[in-house]
Amino acid sequence: MTDYTTFEHDVLVIGAGGAGLRAAIEASAAGVSVGLICKSLLGKAHTVMAEGGMAAAMGNVDDRDNWRVHFSDTMRGGQYVNNWRMAELHAKEAPERVRELEAWGAVFDRTKDGKILQRNFGGHRYPRLAHVGDRTGLELIRTLQDHGIHQGIDVHMEVTVISLLKDGDRVVGVLAYEREHGRFRIFKAKAVVLATGGVGRAFKITSNSWEGTGDGHALAYHAGAELIDMEFIQFHPTGMVWPPSVRGILVTEGVRGEGGILKNSEGKRFMFDDIPPLYKDQTASDPEEGWRYTQGDKTANRPPELLTRDHVARCINREVKAGRGSPHGGVYLDIAWIKEKLPNAAEHIKKKLPSMYHQFMQLANLDITTTPMEVGPTTHYIMGGIRVDADTQASTLPGLFACGECASGINGANRLGGNSLSDLIVFGKRAGEYAAQFAQQNGHGTMDNAQIERETKRALEPFDREGGDNPFVVQHDLQDMMQAKVGIVRVEEEMQEALAGLRGLKDRAEKCSVTGNIDYNPGWHTALDLRNLLTVSEAITRSAIERKESRGGQFREDYPNKEPEFAKFNISVKEVNGEMQISHVPLPEMPAELKAVIEEMG
Amino acid sequence: MKATFSIRRGGSEGGELVDYRTEVTEGMVVLDAVHQIQAESAPDLACRWNCKAGKCGSCSAEINGKPKLMCMTRLDTIDITQPVTIEPMRAFPPIKDLATDVSWNFEVKKRIKKFKPRKPDAEDGTWRMQQSDVDRVQEFRKCIECFLCQDVCHVLRDHNKHAEFAGPRHYVYTAALEMHPLDTENRIDELKNDFGIGYCNITKCCTKVCPEHITITDNAIIPLKERVVDEHFDPLAKLVKLFRKK
Ligand SMILES: Cc1cc2nc3c(=O)[nH]c(=O)nc-3n(C[C@H](O)[C@H](O)[C@H](O)COP(=O)(O)OP(=O)(O)OC[C@H]3O[C@@H](n4cnc5c(N)ncnc54)[C@H](O)[C@@H]3O)c2cc1C
Ligand code: SF4
Ligand code: SF4
Ligand code: FES
Repeated sequence: MTDYTTFEHDVLVIGAGGAGLRAAIEASAAGVSVGLICKSLLGKAHTVMAEGGMAAAMGNVDDRDNWRVHFSDTMRGGQYVNNWRMAELHAKEAPERVRELEAWGAVFDRTKDGKILQRNFGGHRYPRLAHVGDRTGLELIRTLQDHGIHQGIDVHMEVTVISLLKDGDRVVGVLAYEREHGRFRIFKAKAVVLATGGVGRAFKITSNSWEGTGDGHALAYHAGAELIDMEFIQFHPTGMVWPPSVRGILVTEGVRGEGGILKNSEGKRFMFDDIPPLYKDQTASDPEEGWRYTQGDKTANRPPELLTRDHVARCINREVKAGRGSPHGGVYLDIAWIKEKLPNAAEHIKKKLPSMYHQFMQLANLDITTTPMEVGPTTHYIMGGIRVDADTQASTLPGLFACGECASGINGANRLGGNSLSDLIVFGKRAGEYAAQFAQQNGHGTMDNAQIERETKRALEPFDREGGDNPFVVQHDLQDMMQAKVGIVRVEEEMQEALAGLRGLKDRAEKCSVTGNIDYNPGWHTALDLRNLLTVSEAITRSAIERKESRGGQFREDYPNKEPEFAKFNISVKEVNGEMQISHVPLPEMPAELKAVIEEMG
Repeated sequence: MKATFSIRRGGSEGGELVDYRTEVTEGMVVLDAVHQIQAESAPDLACRWNCKAGKCGSCSAEINGKPKLMCMTRLDTIDITQPVTIEPMRAFPPIKDLATDVSWNFEVKKRIKKFKPRKPDAEDGTWRMQQSDVDRVQEFRKCIECFLCQDVCHVLRDHNKHAEFAGPRHYVYTAALEMHPLDTENRIDELKNDFGIGYCNITKCCTKVCPEHITITDNAIIPLKERVVDEHFDPLAKLVKLFRKK
């Protein structure tokens, strides 16, 4: 028998981004014992990178804003395949959750009358994003971290979960290893909350960190939970494209919110050429009106640069394909031009977008106050994830909850910028609350020792093999393939090739070998992450093949239109006898009063 | 063009510099070189990183002896005709290769009293603050907890005063709390007694290495030192302060 250290908690939260931290705080406040596990150090999770802000209809800047507008913006952005109840709860509860952060010490930028300032973002009708310059994620994670450390939560840093342990159908704990010495740990828990973030590392060009390997998605899937909407990946329109080493790093939408415009190599502002009918009434009719909108003119409509991300990303893709791209395969994002409009433009840009200024200066030798940036789409966010109950965040397995990016439902086919950070705190809180309740109503389950033995043995196999691939090489090959075949523009034939390719990669992953000892060994960690990446890549590809239409984050060249019959269900994947099974989950009927809200908002 | 990187390899017991040669291309940063070396020849080379954009503070190391973020150090800003040394932070115990045990920082922070806001200003439970009142605190809150300032501070690095001295990062943290317009807590006594602010002799080395350009010494440490002096030696100043309620 392998040696394990065993820990016991009432509620175990996996992931210390915004969602996991908020869940842990809530569960702990309910009086149960809480453990919190994360792969990195505390405060380093992906959430720290978020820039632009968190969406909450507080109406501090424009008092016409309220939850009903936010709700209908979210549903429209998601092309109406969102879970309406999640969108409703999110819109209603986000303001309270944001104010709570202030009570915990967050220091948001202020309005003239001393309230929390809100900024414009794509797809939001009114200025709605509470923010701190362009480092809102840092403010969020630090506030939760600094509050959480005084709540009696047991934090296990640099610990990676490799399987969920079950007692019958119910999830009763997890198996994990600690990074420093590679020792295995068992965590017993009455309820487990997954808050593991996204899957960006399945693609070559991404804004995500090494942590974004879809662990929670894969753990839940292999435990028998359902995943939905996996075909919907958000390609953010503006990632850096040059120099090569920074390709994919995010350029916040805040640049466009502050007046930045997109131009092709001919100097043309191409976004005015293609405005989707759903947004025609809400879009500026000329550049002048667009500029007024970014400066807070309430009578103006938003410039087309602030259309939803899926659309802007595709327009950029089109310009590049048509040969009107910038030298390194992107287009130009120009904020420097605002000097025509503002006296102190350079200072203003540095104040509003300090980390963007810094990032380009330091990584690309480029001064954004004088020179346009080169930008192109980057894999950013997954709308799909673990299927959960809207109110409780319970997954389809007893004892297992999920929140944040690894859960699904609120965003539908496309997420609006800023809706993730607010999602984390709204549903993080709910997950923590209901997980604590579950833990109070149920005792500990029994662990299956055979399962534990099997999983640890499997985890150690890469050390026993010789002559297999270097796990980093397999990971790169997977990323290249997903980027090329299941990326921003999809066709059936290429996706079938991807499925075949995935089979080959799986074979290589199962044979890859690692060198060195087990202490803090990134090669080994990557070998274990590979399984998760392969699982989510397959789920993405199969779901994308199944959805024979284009909607939000999914664009099919062979089915370029939106099809009404695909608006009636979500695509779900589930493991049945070791195989990935696809099915359709009908969307619940929206109550009449919410339908009325959507109609009223136009 | 190829360059040589001398990277510290070894566990907590000790290590040595090992040379790796790898191709250098336009725009590369030190972290790219490390990743390339992992993929080519040393998959077990330990290093921390997350954001690759100077936002998370994970990738701190000493590059040619200087404390820096690996992800923000471009190779065209250093001399790569000579071997580039990459070593872990020296003020913390090594774990393996470039990873160090920074857990002490998390323990210190826990001991600093948490934020305690005054009663809300408005009926709906919210507060009013002017931007000009929060500018200073926002500067401190830019901290990404890279611990480079801790690494460079001689009180920790050379004198190992970890038990008595909290280090610049935690003075920045305390300053952010103390100067928060809503905060009502008092952390001055322990700054002197438990967190050893008196050891700081204002060399400003911490300010120089801060990747977030926080003016640690002038804006955080010196004002805190002044408060310590006020509280401990000037009963009048203390009284006035009580009335001002920060
Ligand atoms: C550059 C960038 C900018 C962004 N800007 C914005 C913005 O302005 N507004 C907005 O709303 N959204 C933004 N987003 C999106 C948003 O930041 C993310 O969707 C969100 O932070 C995800 O939070 P999370 O809590 O779900 O997970 P994360 O913050 O990703 O945290 C995941 C946690 O799970 C842990 N974990 C993962 N797997 C395991 C495992 N196997 N075992 C143990 N622990 C594990 C990780 O260590 C980590 O602690 C941005 C994203 C990026 C990349
Ligand atoms: S100024 Fe003080 S805290 Fe900063 S490095 Fe010098 S002695 Fe250390
Ligand atoms: S104050 Fe600066 S150097 Fe110190 S930990 Fe924070 S960001 Fe790093
Ligand atoms: S990797 Fe985040 S600061 Fe370097």
